[in-house]
Amino acid sequence: MCLAVPGKVIRKVGDDADVDLQGNQLRVSTVLVPEVKEGDWVLIHAGFAIQTLDEESARETFALLSELETT
Amino acid sequence: MKAFDHILMAHGGGGQLMDQLLNEVVRARVGNEILAQGMDSGILQTPAGRLAITLDGYVVTPPFFPGGDIGRLAISGTVNDLAVCGARPLGIALGLIMAEGLERSILERVMDSIAATAREANVKVVTGDTKVVGRGQCDGLYVTTAGIGEVPAGLILGHAEVRTGDKILINGFIADHGLAVMLAREMPHLTTPIRSDAAPLNGLIEQVLESHAKVRFMRDPTRAGISGLLADLARASRRRVVIEEECLPVRRETRHAAEMLGLDVMEVANEGKVVMVVADEDAGKALTAMRSHPLGKDAAIIGEVTDVTDGLCELHTTSGGRRVVQKPLGEQLPRIC
Amino acid sequence: MSSGRTTISEVTGRLGAAAVRLRAPAAFMEVCGTHTVSAFRCGLHSMLPANVKLLSGPGCPVCVTAQGDIDLMVQAAELPGVTFCTYGDMLKVPGTHGSLDAARGRGADVKIIYSTLDAVKWAADHPKQHVVLGAVGFETTTPATAAAILEADRRRLSNFSVLASHKVLLPALRALLDDRQIQIAGLLCPGHASVILGSEAFRPLVDDYGFPCVVAGFEPEQMLAGIARLTEMVATGRPELDNVYRQVVKPEGNPLARRIIANVFEPAPANWRALGVIPGSGLAIRPQFSRFDATLRFELVAKDAPEPAGCRCGQVITGRCTPADCGLFGTRCTPMDPVGPCMVSSEGSCAAWFKYGPSVAVQPAQEAMR
Repeated sequence: MCLAVPGKVIRKVGDDADVDLQGNQLRVSTVLVPEVKEGDWVLIHAGFAIQTLDEESARETFALLSELETT
Repeated sequence: MKAFDHILMAHGGGGQLMDQLLNEVVRARVGNEILAQGMDSGILQTPAGRLAITLDGYVVTPPFFPGGDIGRLAISGTVNDLAVCGARPLGIALGLIMAEGLERSILERVMDSIAATAREANVKVVTGDTKVVGRGQCDGLYVTTAGIGEVPAGLILGHAEVRTGDKILINGFIADHGLAVMLAREMPHLTTPIRSDAAPLNGLIEQVLESHAKVRFMRDPTRAGISGLLADLARASRRRVVIEEECLPVRRETRHAAEMLGLDVMEVANEGKVVMVVADEDAGKALTAMRSHPLGKDAAIIGEVTDVTDGLCELHTTSGGRRVVQKPLGEQLPRIC
Repeated sequence: MSSGRTTISEVTGRLGAAAVRLRAPAAFMEVCGTHTVSAFRCGLHSMLPANVKLLSGPGCPVCVTAQGDIDLMVQAAELPGVTFCTYGDMLKVPGTHGSLDAARGRGADVKIIYSTLDAVKWAADHPKQHVVLGAVGFETTTPATAAAILEADRRRLSNFSVLASHKVLLPALRALLDDRQIQIAGLLCPGHASVILGSEAFRPLVDDYGFPCVVAGFEPEQMLAGIARLTEMVATGRPELDNVYRQVVKPEGNPLARRIIANVFEPAPANWRALGVIPGSGLAIRPQFSRFDATLRFELVAKDAPEPAGCRCGQVITGRCTPADCGLFGTRCTPMDPVGPCMVSSEGSCAAWFKYGPSVAVQPAQEAMR
């Protein structure tokens, strides 16, 4: 129940943001991180961005963001 | 006869309305000389030898999903059940159960897909059945397909053929079908490039068999994912099977979506994948044969059969850990085929 | 993932070096269902030194939700004119008289949602239906429910209410540590609950109990690094607060999210299955939002349900026994037919052990073949 994934904000839409998740795209609420802007990285849980991340740290931390298709 | 936009109870009644439905919607798309005979059974010519027969029901909702639909699923699924037993498909029997009120256009789209997939698989629909049930029942449309195929003489496949050192191969990316359907149903507002992989694999399988690679066993990893297949393989062959997680082909977007939903990609359904157990010395040849087919471009060797006789499937994880892969209980995933 | 592998070998090296200096075997506890599952899925237990163990605590919010609260959800779902919206995790959890899934089979309108705001939008779009949002979870998830109530308030919806059994982590951890019988040497703190709480939230456990606490994420490297730090602390006798998930978890967490929770909810006692009532460990909807409280809207009263005989979940989630030690495990109590809370959710200790448990005992193939 603590499933959260990293993604990149493509655009802000009011209180929401469209986020890219390795090719998938989801609109999430940004009411918990209202300062977030296009190009920022966020951590997403249950349809809400709960934290901003910096891209380099995100890539270091999350295996999901590996460039390789098969791993 | 009057044109119709929706299915009526009478369309299942065996009378003129049913004939109209069959002529305009079914035979217009999948018609062939056998169906044209108009008999209660399709009559096929088969040489003496072994016949394979298989049956599947398709109840997926939604009926249309990225990369496929219930019709493509039905033909692919039944063709694949024959093909993984080494059988060349000879004919398909098609059963349709529709709810009163089903839009004609939905049925037509499904029939178009059935026809196209059957052409792709080089197989004919040789007989069928049509029933209509009350409004609101059967999620609109259920499809049943039975398939008959002939197994070439001398082709022996089975768990008993599996040997120490045999390699385990798969023809490409896993988990796409189950995720495509689940996302379409549960998260329609997520845009995703993930597409069902539903496809008939008889062409690819024939290509591998024609390379004369010694194939011991084949199976398609449908509802319980590759976990279910590998756990069953290990148990039935009474061998420890070892899989390298790093070698499993998984698309980036599929892995990310699975992670978001808390799913294990190994437990998600596939509808265009075949797992083969191949003699060690022929694994390279089998892999090349797979990769030279459009449905096998991303084929990989994912593991091997060991000497240990405990019937477990062991996964070497990407982090260097080990765990046992069990067959999923089957309750976790919603209906996807 | 070759760079990941190098990091893993560095971390396992550090862990091994620290484990050698332990005077006695150490058992650490994680308190997050996602840690439980992630650890099993990557085969973490097979990578730990023989004298270091990772146990699962009360980290599965579904599992620790009282039967009475589940029963309330089923009751609400069966009310005429109600659409019950909840996370997928809740669907098959059995209450005293069946699950939400069973209620759906009997005709109740139960919808799975990914975001609580989907439930609010549904209510706005379907004014003739009353939407009840059912939610459980720790601090990672609570802000989502609070935000939903605020959004329903902003939209002035009169057909939306909430049945929430959210839990507050720190009081439960204190209760765990207050129990002197507990034999845990340190805590692997939940990475994503910490995103909201902040790593500093665990400082009192270090200061008041001298208890090592390390915040870790969910990648194998993360969990191993966290366990390595905990082992070092025990080996040197220097309990500290540390955070190996710094890229994601800030010391102060997400203060706005916590304010949003505090705007909408106030502390209340909560009944944790297998642990009992812990004061201040639950959240009640504040009076100014009482029109969004489904228990008041529909006069629903939770009834206590007795724990089944023979169930040892209470000892399992306090690390006093493993699931395999319970007489009901795998026989009378299975994921298909769970008796106790730890078997109920796929993230529960017993359910995870049932699914992945054989891993822990099995020899690697290379060894087995010799």
